[in-house]
Amino acid sequence: MTEPYTVEAQSKDLLVLNMGPQHPSTHGVLRLILKIDGEIVREVQPVIGYLHRGMEKLAELGRYPHFIIECNRADYVASYAYEAAYVRAVEELAGLQAPPRAQYIRVICLELDRIQSHLVWLGTFGLDLGVLNAFWYGFRERELILSLQQELTGVRMHPNYFRFGGVKADLPEGWTDKARRACDEIERKLDEYEEFLAQSDTFVMRTRGVGVLTKEMAIDWGVTGPNARASGVDFDLRRDEPYFAYEEFEFTIPVRTEGDCYARFEVRLEEMRQSVQIIRQALARLPHGPILQKGWEKGYQFLMAPTGEHYTRIEGPRGEVGIYLIGDGTTFPYRVKMRSPCFQNLSVLPELMRNTLIADLVAINGSFDLVMGCVDR
Amino acid sequence: MNALVAELHKEFASQIEETGELLGKPVVRLRRDALVPFCRAAKAQGFDYLACITGVDRPQERSLEAIYNLYSYEHLQHLIVKTRCPYDDPVLDSVSSIWKSALFLERETFDLVGIRFRNHPDLRRILLPEPWQGHPLRKDYPLEREQFVSKDAQGRDVVGFDSTEGW
Repeated sequence: MTEPYTVEAQSKDLLVLNMGPQHPSTHGVLRLILKIDGEIVREVQPVIGYLHRGMEKLAELGRYPHFIIECNRADYVASYAYEAAYVRAVEELAGLQAPPRAQYIRVICLELDRIQSHLVWLGTFGLDLGVLNAFWYGFRERELILSLQQELTGVRMHPNYFRFGGVKADLPEGWTDKARRACDEIERKLDEYEEFLAQSDTFVMRTRGVGVLTKEMAIDWGVTGPNARASGVDFDLRRDEPYFAYEEFEFTIPVRTEGDCYARFEVRLEEMRQSVQIIRQALARLPHGPILQKGWEKGYQFLMAPTGEHYTRIEGPRGEVGIYLIGDGTTFPYRVKMRSPCFQNLSVLPELMRNTLIADLVAINGSFDLVMGCVDR
Repeated sequence: MNALVAELHKEFASQIEETGELLGKPVVRLRRDALVPFCRAAKAQGFDYLACITGVDRPQERSLEAIYNLYSYEHLQHLIVKTRCPYDDPVLDSVSSIWKSALFLERETFDLVGIRFRNHPDLRRILLPEPWQGHPLRKDYPLEREQFVSKDAQGRDVVGFDSTEGW
């Protein structure tokens, strides 16, 4: 790592300031080396890797199902996303097909997960900008979803629930009613959040027109997900490359063209509403039947994917979660590449933060919804 | 095969070693010196988004492979581009002048797999500390040899193989 405390930096009358890796508004162990001129940031150099766990190497060392447990620790706020991407990659390579009921349950899980992940983002973003109540309220509603997940999978955060060719267990009795009630509750609260955030001068003044990401930049730097949609990239893998059972539901993809922090807030808020709609439709039309592909109730531990390779991507809460999977005909994957949305979203930050105020830097960083576990893997 | 990729095939016929398909996505294997001209032409054809670069160690062929996942938002088309470099000369040309997203992806591939990208403006390790020994995603990476990172007197990162060193 080149050391930034150089004579050159000092001679330009710029102060070199370390922000992080332990800093409340960098959301984890992100370190930003700033060169500042008074309150204005002239240059930003991100330093990452503090949370690198060598997941891609670990994937090669275990059998196929072992990595389901590993990969949901990558993005620890939205665990289902990596799990779904990996399970889908292996299924497509090995030619497995989950039954319809399992596909529906997966969609419900993924959308609940998207809501709770966006709620964490909403809370911490509000916290960064001095709107403290967003944090308390956001985490209160997230609790509803976490307890649903706990009842379904046995744990609150790292579910290990998807299986090759299905899911681990069927829905517990009464779970669908609880999920419906949680949806109603969350939908009502979303209006409340919008009210107190959109009407808060502190919030609006610190987000509107701040950190504008243009459409061309977003595509060039590989920014995906809500961040790209707030910049006018009208693309969502759930609609444009449907997987699991997404083609059977009706929902709209919110797109804004402003590209500022406020647009990113609007897109995520609307996405939560759409997720509620998807969950309602899935619960209403939930098919009956098996939850695992026939013949795979036991013995998937020794799944042998054929020699071959494949790139699969799904729409995670932060953007395109991709898995490039190479199999060599054994029970161990030859190579698993995890395409992380946060890693790519982070790469554009130095561009956006140049010549902004330090306070805006915090807003931009918060609005991008980075999870360092997802960046470093 | 779709029209976009057919056009590229025609233009680079002599540089393409192999073509194929991966579950519906067209694949092109290139000679390594054709990588940058091909990518430039692909971007002009509308492949405006580089989603992923995967580095793969292939010990049997004594080479390192790089796989580029391209996508076109306009035409909703995939294209997978592959190329290889031998162990004794692990160098590929950087495509960071074509897609900015390659800046981080190439650093990551250099860090974990050890492919050097020529003309990359800032080719340093990104996930591991700078003095780290070896590239973990090589198949011959010694897993039993632990590495410990500490600071020397000047505050620079140093790597040692003894857990008590430097503390």
